[in-house]
Amino acid sequence: MNTLIAITGLGVLCLLFEILNLRKAIVPMTIIGLLAILGLTVSEFNTSGSFYNNMIVVNKFSMAFSSLFIVLTIFLVGLSHNFYEDHQSKLSDFIAIKIFLLSGAVAMVSFGNLAMFFLGIEVLSISLYVLAASNRMNLKSNEAGMKYFLMGSFASGIILFGICLIYGAMGSFDVVEISELSRSAELPIWFPIGIAMVTIGMLFKIAAVPFHFWAPDVYEGSPALTTATMSTLAKVVAMATLYKLLSVMNANISYAFQIIIVVLSIASMTVGNIMALRQTNVKRMLAFSGISHAGFMLMALLSLSTSASDLLYYASTYSLAGIAAFSVILYVCKNRDNEDIVNFHGLGKTNPLLAAVLTGALLSMAGIPIFSGFFAKLVLFNQTIEAGYLVVVIVAVINSIISVGYYFKLILAMYTKEPNEERAGTPFFIYAVAVVSIALNVVLGLFPSLVLDLLG
Amino acid sequence: MNNILNQIGIENYIFLCVILFCIGVFGVLYRRNAIIVFMSIEIMLNAVNLLFVAFSTYHQDAQGQVFVFFSMAVAAAEVAVGLAILVSIFRNSGTIDVANLKNLKG
Repeated sequence: MNTLIAITGLGVLCLLFEILNLRKAIVPMTIIGLLAILGLTVSEFNTSGSFYNNMIVVNKFSMAFSSLFIVLTIFLVGLSHNFYEDHQSKLSDFIAIKIFLLSGAVAMVSFGNLAMFFLGIEVLSISLYVLAASNRMNLKSNEAGMKYFLMGSFASGIILFGICLIYGAMGSFDVVEISELSRSAELPIWFPIGIAMVTIGMLFKIAAVPFHFWAPDVYEGSPALTTATMSTLAKVVAMATLYKLLSVMNANISYAFQIIIVVLSIASMTVGNIMALRQTNVKRMLAFSGISHAGFMLMALLSLSTSASDLLYYASTYSLAGIAAFSVILYVCKNRDNEDIVNFHGLGKTNPLLAAVLTGALLSMAGIPIFSGFFAKLVLFNQTIEAGYLVVVIVAVINSIISVGYYFKLILAMYTKEPNEERAGTPFFIYAVAVVSIALNVVLGLFPSLVLDLLG
Repeated sequence: MNNILNQIGIENYIFLCVILFCIGVFGVLYRRNAIIVFMSIEIMLNAVNLLFVAFSTYHQDAQGQVFVFFSMAVAAAEVAVGLAILVSIFRNSGTIDVANLKNLKG
């Protein structure tokens, strides 16, 4: 609860900095503030309780995921310093929007009432609509914002209808009451329909097949930093929320529902990977890679009662690798009008450090050992086999092999091709974010118990 | 009030709201003018609001009506952002036809 209040306060403070003419201090102060909030969250880790008539329920699950979101936001704010160099006058707005986005994300994982869930998802989405269209002179960015807005508000409508049907069936918005009532034998037909509609709406936000069609366009058109936000923070938030919704509301998911999850998971992995093979734009490629990772994360829904820590581990490794990859993309594609692979030619010679970071991030996403992506996949597959879904795991392993194909396309371009032009400048923040995030990724791989035992 | 709900039946309210919601969905999917698409999204959200109020009376419980305030406020904020994006699209391309948004594909 204190986390949420502190984050919102920091967002307001950020806007005040602009009024007080402290523009240069915004990025460092915000990072210090977020670090303090992270410390607050970690120190309260073992306390649990509910606030405001169960509107917000704080427990280990919400604390662990909130900490992950705060870490990701620190990285994203760090990257903003370099990215918004040419838009100094709007810096405080962009950072404040990112902080408010974080408050929506924290509300989404610590809801105890469907009203809070809905408000959280809307705060998150509306901030992202603004960020996606934030390059307002660029028609591509406008188009991405419009497409994201249309898809997002369509999905919100579906989620709202689902919440309404659940309320009609149960007579309450409180998730504890709903889960108690859902164990009773006789339920109106509206309840499963409502759950299905909320799930569909969340699958839109996660960008799982068949609700993925908006993702590549929006990722390509948005400013690169917004793409980083969407593909790491927003995806992980939506996944954690879907997990919490399903595990809280219907304790024993029916067999038919599990079959649907299996099909969606297999479809997301396969479609994402096969479409990614033929992309030349790196942002678009990472969009499809994100779709396939959404498929992997959906596997956690097959063993709802035990896989919370697996999902947390997978989400943190995926998002840290994503941040590392995007920080290099931000460096390479600054002042370019596109993000084609051509821009990455010869990066291994002109800038070995960042090339190594990008290689590490891609290897982690592909699931090569030492990097934690491998261990995340390992525990997730293990869990899924124990739950009795061998088929999904076989398809997932085949997909991991396919994904190596397009990740190596980029790695080869960096190391074997000749550089086409020199790049000057060594922006400190980009280096720091890239190195720290990939180092965290490796540390998580060497000591998986750091995360896996958290939710034990 | 409850008496009227009993005479009409909650099912009829649900059917009405589902029909309104579907009108909104088809409007979003088939219309090309961005303003009409926005109106269709509003129809979807307002259909849900109507159903919230009906369920609220059905359960004799005020929570549903309070939720309507939340969803109305959120819908207003959402449309404000959407219209701002639409204005910048109109400035850059001179049209508000959603079908003209074809720069991104691959």
